Amino acid sequence: MEVFKHNQPIIGFMANAKKFAILSVTLVIISLGLLATKGLNYGIDFAGGTIIQIKYNDKAPIDKVRKIISTHKNYAGATVTAFGSDSEIVIRTKQASKSVKGGAKVEITNMLSSTGKFEIRRIDLVGPSVGEELKTKGLMAMLLSIIGILLYLSFRFEWRFATASVIALVHDVTIAMGMLALFQVEVNLPILAAILTVLGYSLNDTVIVFDRIREGIRTIKSPKLEDVIDESVTRTLSRTTLTSLTTFFVVLTLYLLGGEIISGFSFTLLVGVVVGTYSSIFVASPILMWLKFSIADFRDREAKALKRQKEREKQRAMYEQGTI
Amino acid sequence: MGKLNYRVVLFGFAFLFGIVFSIPSLTQSEEGKKITLGLDLQGGLHMLLSVKTEVALESKIKSIGTSIKYNLEKEDIVVDDLKIDSGVVRFELLDATDKPKVDAMLADDFKEITIKNNGLVYEMSLSKELETETKHNAIKQAVDTIRNRLNMFGLAEPTVAKQGSDRILVEVPGIKNQADEDRIKALIAKAAHLQMMAVDEDRANRVYNMTQAEAKQFGDIILDDVADNGRKYLLYSIPILDGSMLTDAKVGYQKKSTRPLINFSLNGQGAKIFADFTEKSVGKRMAVVLDGKVYTAPNIVQRIGGGQVQITGAFTPQEAHDIAIALRSGALLAPVQVESQRSIGPSLGADNIKASLIALIVGFLSVVIFMVVYYGMAGVVANMALVANLFLILAIMSLFQATLTLPGMAGIVLTVGMAVDANVIITERIRELLHSGASITKAIEQGYNNAFTAIWDANITTLIAAVVLFAYGTGPIKGFSLTISIGILASMLTAILGTHGIYQWILPKIDKNRLNYWFGIKKEGAK
Repeated sequence: MEVFKHNQPIIGFMANAKKFAILSVTLVIISLGLLATKGLNYGIDFAGGTIIQIKYNDKAPIDKVRKIISTHKNYAGATVTAFGSDSEIVIRTKQASKSVKGGAKVEITNMLSSTGKFEIRRIDLVGPSVGEELKTKGLMAMLLSIIGILLYLSFRFEWRFATASVIALVHDVTIAMGMLALFQVEVNLPILAAILTVLGYSLNDTVIVFDRIREGIRTIKSPKLEDVIDESVTRTLSRTTLTSLTTFFVVLTLYLLGGEIISGFSFTLLVGVVVGTYSSIFVASPILMWLKFSIADFRDREAKALKRQKEREKQRAMYEQGTI
Repeated sequence: MGKLNYRVVLFGFAFLFGIVFSIPSLTQSEEGKKITLGLDLQGGLHMLLSVKTEVALESKIKSIGTSIKYNLEKEDIVVDDLKIDSGVVRFELLDATDKPKVDAMLADDFKEITIKNNGLVYEMSLSKELETETKHNAIKQAVDTIRNRLNMFGLAEPTVAKQGSDRILVEVPGIKNQADEDRIKALIAKAAHLQMMAVDEDRANRVYNMTQAEAKQFGDIILDDVADNGRKYLLYSIPILDGSMLTDAKVGYQKKSTRPLINFSLNGQGAKIFADFTEKSVGKRMAVVLDGKVYTAPNIVQRIGGGQVQITGAFTPQEAHDIAIALRSGALLAPVQVESQRSIGPSLGADNIKASLIALIVGFLSVVIFMVVYYGMAGVVANMALVANLFLILAIMSLFQATLTLPGMAGIVLTVGMAVDANVIITERIRELLHSGASITKAIEQGYNNAFTAIWDANITTLIAAVVLFAYGTGPIKGFSLTISIGILASMLTAILGTHGIYQWILPKIDKNRLNYWFGIKKEGAK
């Protein structure tokens, strides 16, 4: 089966680059706006607080639970929501009791004893100082990986390639976070992992397109970067679509079947896969163009490097002959 | 079939290795190294504790104060105003001729403290090094003590580890019920500070009309009874002896009843102090105080030698058992408090396993079927690599006895999606070359060549991100980055080397007239 024929005509991506740039900039600005106004909905991993997950034998009497909880001073401002199925509920508060004896379980059991038969499945309790530490650590992890990637790509390609891929990556992460803010997805540790995966995935995609462009610079006759990019992107289109689709399906099954606990994680990945694919074609490649990447210079450098290498080999050969 | 080549042999070995070493984990057999399930998958208690090191510093300076006082009295040096205030011991000499004696004493016995001397006034505080050492010791001692207690409690494989500068991570898997969880939490946090204190019999009857401040003026302290809330005792604040002189503690039962008691033995020094004290205090009461509560305050009937002491009190056999463990493992130098705590019931863990397994299987199957439909036999080859990859991840995790968490499962699912990417890239390249008229041999060799740099660079960048995550992450993030890293490395072996070997091996079988069957493309015959 083939979706894109081998004689697929070259698509003029770069001719429309400006339109997509406008779209991207708009999306990024909207995302930043959402992050500034709505903000991220930090879960207890980052903000601290208490989560109690309860499963009833039958349908959970959520209103009754709310009523009882609201009268209790330790649970002022607590929210009670359904979780996954209608027999499970989650109680969230902003406070985290520091006492080790942790009477929360006993307290809840006594308070809700009149609401029916239930089982307390999970109690998470996080103090505020832990959350602060996680936030800084998460940010550090993100910055460090970006620096590491920048260095590696500069070494393997050229600084313009590295810069373009990092801009694409920031674009993807910003939009993914904007979506988290828009849908008020609870941001916990797994979400941080998901964002970092989006980062990795987005790069993966960009690197593969860039690799083809690097190859195209050597093999495609046209001296215009625009043509080289168009042809290279068209050639990788089949692979890009396929991989994105398989990854998308896998993440979708994770989202649909993985249960409530990882739904936030897989949601972030869903957004990331779509945006990451888009950006490798429509964001990273044009930036290469706008950064005034010069094919002639690149070919020059390549030729020089090749010459140097040949010379070295020649010298070594001479040296070896001389000594043997 | 073509000749066996090193690539396909290596792939075969890797596959075999993967299967053999993942068997213990898959069958959950008793023997062999296997993957441990994280707390989120098997249920359990996770706690992050912080150690209040400032309390350890406080008691360190207190003990320095006490020994300075002892030394001064021994040398008959009279001082005024000896007191401890916010980490500083301060006193003033009355007689300037004592100065050389004091200087000599301080130089000999108190080398590690910082001494400020202004005329006759001395101020002493902990040096920076001593402060760091005291803090460090308090944390280390807390880790050791908590680990000891959990081990004595008989729990399977608890984790107790220092985290960051002053935190302790405690993970206890497989807690079955609420009662056990509460007991474990109480046991971890118990300061287990045991003291024997004499009752101030002269003023004992006034205890209910006295404030703590008034008691302090007499050198006394008021403590509550552990069971009877209203009941109070007036005790001399300097204890007769404390838990550091204890050598053993066991649970026993009172004669003619089933009420538990705790027997404990004192070391030589403790036994002597105890015997001397009881000898001169016959007819008076002595209180056994644990963590600031009076458990019992019996009348001393006669001198008690031998260093065997009992605590009776209103506790259940379980409480007695736990107190004995805490006493045996020693007191915590500094109290701990909970920063975060997660407890996951076993049923939720089972649900989590089920949900992620279903996602893994469905995701895996959809990718596998898709590959075959789209790429024909090339898809089958890619799928072999995918299966080998999955086994390799499990095997390597088993060998490292790594912990599989829920995000770790997600990492595996994601690896399935990304591992086929390498084969998609390779097969696309082969197809291109076939279309442009290359022979099958050339298309395969050239295809692998062309695809290699892309796969390599893409994998290395992802690996960089995963390694940083592993270094910086905690708990669940670590598990996630671990499975991703292993998956990427394994995929280099299976998806690049392995499939290449398979193609070379089956090359003579590939029919250039059936390219649709082999590579899923419609082109009749390659040149």
